[in-house]
Amino acid sequence: MVIATGIVAGLINRWLLLRSDYRHYPTYPHGQLIHLALGFIAASLGAVAVPAIAKPDYVAVTFLVLAAQQFREVRNMERETLMKLEESKIISRGTAYIEGIARVFEARNYLVIMTALSSSAAAQLGGLKYAFIVAPISIIVSLRLMGGSFIGDIAQVEKGRIDFKGSLLMVEDVVMMNVGLPQTRQKIMDEGMGVIIKPRDDNARLNLDNPGQRKAIIHDVVSILGSKVDINETELMPLARKQVDQGYLAFFVVANEPDIEMLIEVVKKVPVLESTRGTTLFSYYGRKAAD
Amino acid sequence: MNTGLNEYILAIVTCEKDKIKNGGCPVFLAQGQEEMEHISLLLARVLGGVVHDLENGVYFVCKH
Repeated sequence: MVIATGIVAGLINRWLLLRSDYRHYPTYPHGQLIHLALGFIAASLGAVAVPAIAKPDYVAVTFLVLAAQQFREVRNMERETLMKLEESKIISRGTAYIEGIARVFEARNYLVIMTALSSSAAAQLGGLKYAFIVAPISIIVSLRLMGGSFIGDIAQVEKGRIDFKGSLLMVEDVVMMNVGLPQTRQKIMDEGMGVIIKPRDDNARLNLDNPGQRKAIIHDVVSILGSKVDINETELMPLARKQVDQGYLAFFVVANEPDIEMLIEVVKKVPVLESTRGTTLFSYYGRKAAD
Repeated sequence: MNTGLNEYILAIVTCEKDKIKNGGCPVFLAQGQEEMEHISLLLARVLGGVVHDLENGVYFVCKH
């Protein structure tokens, strides 16, 4: 009974943590099955731990630790799958984004183990009714932990004006690229959209500086609004370039859905990648340099 | 595996042949602006590149 409580709580947790959203992952039914199955294993591991200690059966506990090692493989598995898919994408995710996703998948399993562990501990020590209190709390806590921050939290996103200075495409005062053909220029003027991403502080500036973070923004926008890039027709490639003096980012895209309001919303909802997070304000010299 | 030439001038299209000294890539001479645009568009599509404008009557195709 105790173990069953833990397993159920853990499994519910994993299910809630599964997101099939705009990031296109894991939208594949088989991907979901794999993660639910792994979630079940993680939940069982967590659930068995407390009864095993209570018995006391220390050998079983040692085996549990060994089994937990297996979840490291989850990260490798995700990374490999996404890297393989990368080759068949016109606009790639970028390795920084993939690394972030893979790490999150590993972390989710540990959260499931934690939920199962705490619920089964509650059931073991206090009885079933305590488990009903502890399980929802730990599920909410783990949903919170997995939340993460978004571009909208660290930067201001505004509409940017698209213009040509000779053959140079500009978004506000940032040079994006050189466009040769007059037809292409006209198409960009008609259908292109520009956005300015202004970092709120120095940490955010360093974050937006990172090419991996920029690729993540481009990928998320394209996976929702679409793009008019095709194989061998890369003239309308979406780009993110920085204003070197001020440090803000200009973003340009020719999307299938030319809706500037939604574009701004999408950019705001791009996750801030762990590996690219700027930390200058956490260091003494960084703080001194900033003022 | 991608073995194409990236960040390299693949072809130059121009009406004014005096503006180009030999540079190790094909140079296509065009009669007038219209033909220049057309040739460079075709070249860009075939080569999978992008047309750039040097703003002196010279277009070139480059793959990024």
